[in-house]
Amino acid sequence: MVEEITARKEEAIFVYEWPVRVWHWVQVFAILALGITGYLIGSPLPSLSGEASDHFFFGTIRYIHFTAAWILIVGFVFRVYWAFVGNSHAREIFLPPVWRRRFWAGVWHEILWYAMIAKEPKKYTGHNPLAVLAMHVLYVWGTIFMIVTGLALYGEGEGMGSWQNEWFSSWVIPLFGQSQDVHTWHHIGMWVIVVFVIIHVYVAVREDIMSRQSIISSMISGWRMFKDDRPPDDEDLRLE
Amino acid sequence: MPETFYEVMRRQGITRRSFLKYCSLAAGALGLSPAFAPKIAHAMETKPRIPVLWLHGLECTCCSESFIRSAHPLAKDVILSMISLDYDDTIMAAAGDQAEAIIDETIEKYDGNFILAIEGNAPLNEDGMYCIIAGKPFVEQLVRVSQHAKAIISWGSCASWGCVQAARPNPTRATPTHKIPGIADKPIIKVPGCPPIAEVMTAVITYILTFEKLPSLDSQGRPKMFYSQRIHDKCYRRPHFDAGQFVEKFDDEGARKGYCLYKVGCKGPTTYNACSTVRWNGGLSFPIQAGHPCIGCSEDGFWDKGGFYDRLTDVHGFGIEANADEIGKTAAGIVAGAAAIHAGASVIKRIASKGDDA
Ligand code: HEM
Ligand code: HEM
Ligand code: SF4
Ligand code: SF4
Repeated sequence: MVEEITARKEEAIFVYEWPVRVWHWVQVFAILALGITGYLIGSPLPSLSGEASDHFFFGTIRYIHFTAAWILIVGFVFRVYWAFVGNSHAREIFLPPVWRRRFWAGVWHEILWYAMIAKEPKKYTGHNPLAVLAMHVLYVWGTIFMIVTGLALYGEGEGMGSWQNEWFSSWVIPLFGQSQDVHTWHHIGMWVIVVFVIIHVYVAVREDIMSRQSIISSMISGWRMFKDDRPPDDEDLRLE
Repeated sequence: MPETFYEVMRRQGITRRSFLKYCSLAAGALGLSPAFAPKIAHAMETKPRIPVLWLHGLECTCCSESFIRSAHPLAKDVILSMISLDYDDTIMAAAGDQAEAIIDETIEKYDGNFILAIEGNAPLNEDGMYCIIAGKPFVEQLVRVSQHAKAIISWGSCASWGCVQAARPNPTRATPTHKIPGIADKPIIKVPGCPPIAEVMTAVITYILTFEKLPSLDSQGRPKMFYSQRIHDKCYRRPHFDAGQFVEKFDDEGARKGYCLYKVGCKGPTTYNACSTVRWNGGLSFPIQAGHPCIGCSEDGFWDKGGFYDRLTDVHGFGIEANADEIGKTAAGIVAGAAAIHAGASVIKRIASKGDDA
């Protein structure tokens, strides 16, 4: 028995396959670029002097926004595909098991842990249930929202007849009222993602130090290391 | 049998040469090839005039003002004679019972074959008491006439979207045509703008007459030929936009040099209208050319979106009135502050529990 436990202590579990890791870091940079350029589209920098023909400054800012947008979109589509073909951890953020009581009990425990009421965190191979919930609601749906509203705005520039316009602008714009409202909501969507990122990065660092498993290095190497030898708590929460 | 347009025009002393000129102009305005000019001429020579009932609700009459100033010297005559404007309480000679009798007469004679043009809109609160025509609420007249019309034209932003009389909190509940309860299920053509451009108004009518069908509409019911592009897409200041050269204040160097008006609130990037192509007053100019940002007058809700001179627009609701950045920065600030406090508390907890362990 004792032997078994020590054996387990050395064990690391492979959690994040390389496509998930590469995707994570690529979209970190895409979203960073989108956030900065998006903010500047809303509140441009002071004017440049000289002839208009000498510059393409604002055009470049928009160009970076659109390039990063395409990287984000292609990456996201790929990530959805990977949820189907990848391991069970690749599905976590898309399908939180909200129909299971254990999941909600996990969310509640996690809240108690962050409220510093629970003495000890639970141990997870995948994400903790609260993280899954936040990633699903704020990140997955937030990103879908940004892609849909973004493509609707993009379709306006492409003009009627373009696929972006037919598939997105034609219904998204009347849905929100008018183009100006789509701009406003796309802009608010950015702040939702900013809020997610602040929390996400903070807890990633915090849990790396305070939880019972490795966090940041897992998103780099793919391996989850454990700091103790008791069994993880999320064995039954994953969808095979 | 009503007269044809051509007959009316000749009677008014218009030469054949001028008539053909108008036809080419109309073809151009509609974005058709010159080959269509003879087709338009033929239609006008042979087709009977379409009767139009032009009703007025809550409005400022700017649509009529724009319409009768259509640029081509002939256009207004042509159009005014083209449609037999049977009822238009602002410009017709008849008044009182006589005027109202015209409505019944038109409905009787042309049931299902006339066009109902609406300028302004109907207030619904207090059973429509805020707009009374001939002793009855306007909404009743509107609904009744709509049942007999062939199609409905909503002139201007009032009839299309509601406009300033529908501004929050909209005390009279001024309501655009397509949202009036009981309005007949007829095609509604929205021609928004405050006012719409005269040439756009006349061209829409010319199109209906020439092709005997309604122009193709976009997903929001506006004729595609005039509302499929944004002001921004054809704005002559666009090179300054792409360069990043903006007017910061109305009296700065950039304003004198004709830089882009984006930072002083130009709504050109979100406004579908023909101002930057057709322009105003016979192609003379348009607001941006005169150095003023577009206020988005042809867009739904343009009157309720915060300052005309602000780039970012206000969000209402949940007791807030702020723009996206103000809301976002507050939320991000609170979250970041909470994270910092939480981090501090976590450090204390860790030190304390280490202490326990020891
Ligand atoms: C996390 C992702 C994204 C963020 C944070 C973001 C942020 C922003 C912000 C803040 C604006 C300015 C809105 C305004 O006030 O007018 C903007 C504009 C815009 N975004 Fe995004 N965006 C994102 C994704 C996308 C995507 C996926 C597309 C799709 C192509 C897109 C296309 C656009 C377009 C077309 C505009 C309008 C540009 C203009 O009017 O010149 N965005 N974005
Ligand atoms: C734009 C910024 C970011 C976004 C949108 C984002 C989004 C996400 C998402 C959606 C996941 C779930 C991955 C999955 O299960 O497929 C994730 C995981 C993760 N992210 Fe980020 N992330 C961002 C920035 C960062 C940064 C800067 C760090 C570094 C501290 C980081 C560290 C991690 C870690 C460590 C995980 C794995 C968590 C775990 O092991 O449970 N992220 N991130
Ligand atoms: S002035 Fe207005 S419409 Fe013209 S380029 Fe600038 S933002 Fe666009
Ligand atoms: S430039 Fe804009 S505000 Fe001015 S008339 Fe045209 S659409 Fe209306």
